[in-house]
Amino acid sequence: MALKGNLKDFGITQLLNLINLARKTGTLYLEGPEGTAFLCFKEGKLVYATSGSEDVNLPTVLQRAGKLTAEQARVVQANMAGRSDRDMAMMLIQAGHIQQQDVVQSVRQYVLGLVYRIFSWNEGTFRFEPAQLPIQGKMVTSIALENVIMEGSRRLKEWERLQDELPSLDVSLKFAEKPTTPLRDINLTVEEWRVISFVNPRNTIQQIAQYNSMTEFQIRKIVYGLLQAGIVEIIKPARPAATEAPGRSQRVEDQVRVSTKARRPDVKRGLIHRLIDRIREL
Amino acid sequence: MQTLKIVVTGPFASGKTEFIQSVSEIDVVSTDRRISSQAERIKDATTVAMDFGRITIDEELILYLFGTPGQRRFNFMWEILSEGMLGFVVLVDSTRPETFREAQRILETFRNYSPVPYIVAANKQDLGDAWPADDLKIVLKVESGIKVVPCVAQNRESVKQVLLELLYSILEVMDQQEE
Ligand SMILES: Nc1nc2c(ncn2[C@@H]2O[C@H](COP(=O)(O)OP(=O)(O)OP(=O)(O)O)[C@@H](O)[C@H]2O)c(=O)[nH]1
Ligand SMILES: [Mg+2]
Repeated sequence: MALKGNLKDFGITQLLNLINLARKTGTLYLEGPEGTAFLCFKEGKLVYATSGSEDVNLPTVLQRAGKLTAEQARVVQANMAGRSDRDMAMMLIQAGHIQQQDVVQSVRQYVLGLVYRIFSWNEGTFRFEPAQLPIQGKMVTSIALENVIMEGSRRLKEWERLQDELPSLDVSLKFAEKPTTPLRDINLTVEEWRVISFVNPRNTIQQIAQYNSMTEFQIRKIVYGLLQAGIVEIIKPARPAATEAPGRSQRVEDQVRVSTKARRPDVKRGLIHRLIDRIREL
Repeated sequence: MQTLKIVVTGPFASGKTEFIQSVSEIDVVSTDRRISSQAERIKDATTVAMDFGRITIDEELILYLFGTPGQRRFNFMWEILSEGMLGFVVLVDSTRPETFREAQRILETFRNYSPVPYIVAANKQDLGDAWPADDLKIVLKVESGIKVVPCVAQNRESVKQVLLELLYSILEVMDQQEE
């Protein structure tokens, strides 16, 4: 079954995450603002990528990586027209023009460069075709997606990144059990300190923002920084306790009061079994 | 007479009304309105307050199914509906990735209202471009231990299966708490 969708709604990061976690094999076809591209995956690893607009073959890749001169690339192209990348690689290595390691590295670099460019495609369409792998005769590589996702995310525009890293503000923060650096050795801004002072499993990020009159963007940015620095961790919010949080505003108080009333009804196993029996016979 | 409640939630047009209709013994008391705004005009009617279905278990016990309104401006109803629920179902239209982020947001919100068991139903699996349930589990960042099951809301057997899976989860949670 092909997975289809729009990049505006379902971004590259999410797609790569899915492909990685589900260890998928197949090809991801993309149509974005800069044209088309396809990425091939084998068991969740990126093995090949190329963009449709430029017909890039191995000599071009090697030339861009500085492993072949323009002249060398032209000669290879002319003499080996129609031959596969793999054949060209064999010939170049056997003739002593380059080393195998150069080929491997250059291909990897090309594939990664393309993928990182694609990260900025926030509109267009995608289609994932399982089991399709148009890599006959190509030089393939094998790149773990975790790192690609990390680096690609780093290069994303700030807001998008923050949105993805922190989809919900209805979670709480706690101090990391083993912070990489002790808090006193970290230079924090006033804004960051204000957030830090409200870190408590009882306060959701949303509430912290309200206490400090911060916009969603401000709070996301600060929390993201604190998470990256390993100072705090995300946890599910604890049930609000009876004790007052310092500086809790009226609005937040109302919210807390409302949410405490949603309790689980006190039911016995027997009731659930009766439900199950009845629904089975519907 | 005792009543129990299960809430059916999910993004706009994910199939909540259809889901409840498939198993309810009464015609769903739906507060659907014809849709006027162009933006939301992918179907004719939407639920504006809630859906309401009923399954009589026996003389003393009734199960109510409440469907939440799909449009954002009725969100104030959510918390009211979630009061005292036994568990909830998050219905996702598996063919519309543009709604996945919203589904994730709804899931988180309901989880925060009340620590009850829940299940995710990957709806509209009869359609060709439905994303598989396993992929939705990853995409929606569903906690391990929470089931994501395929569903076709017009199909009574399929809806029954979703409700049963939720009830099994409720039993499992009870078992864990007794230990
Ligand atoms: N093919 C298919 N269509 C479905 C399924 N479930 C629902 N639909 C259709 O999807 C559309 C939306 O279903 P509704 O039940 O109105 O969705 P809803 O979640 O109640 O929508 P709102 O109340 O507006 O949020 C309708 O046209 C349904 O007939 C399904 O499993 N398969
Ligand atoms: Mg409805």
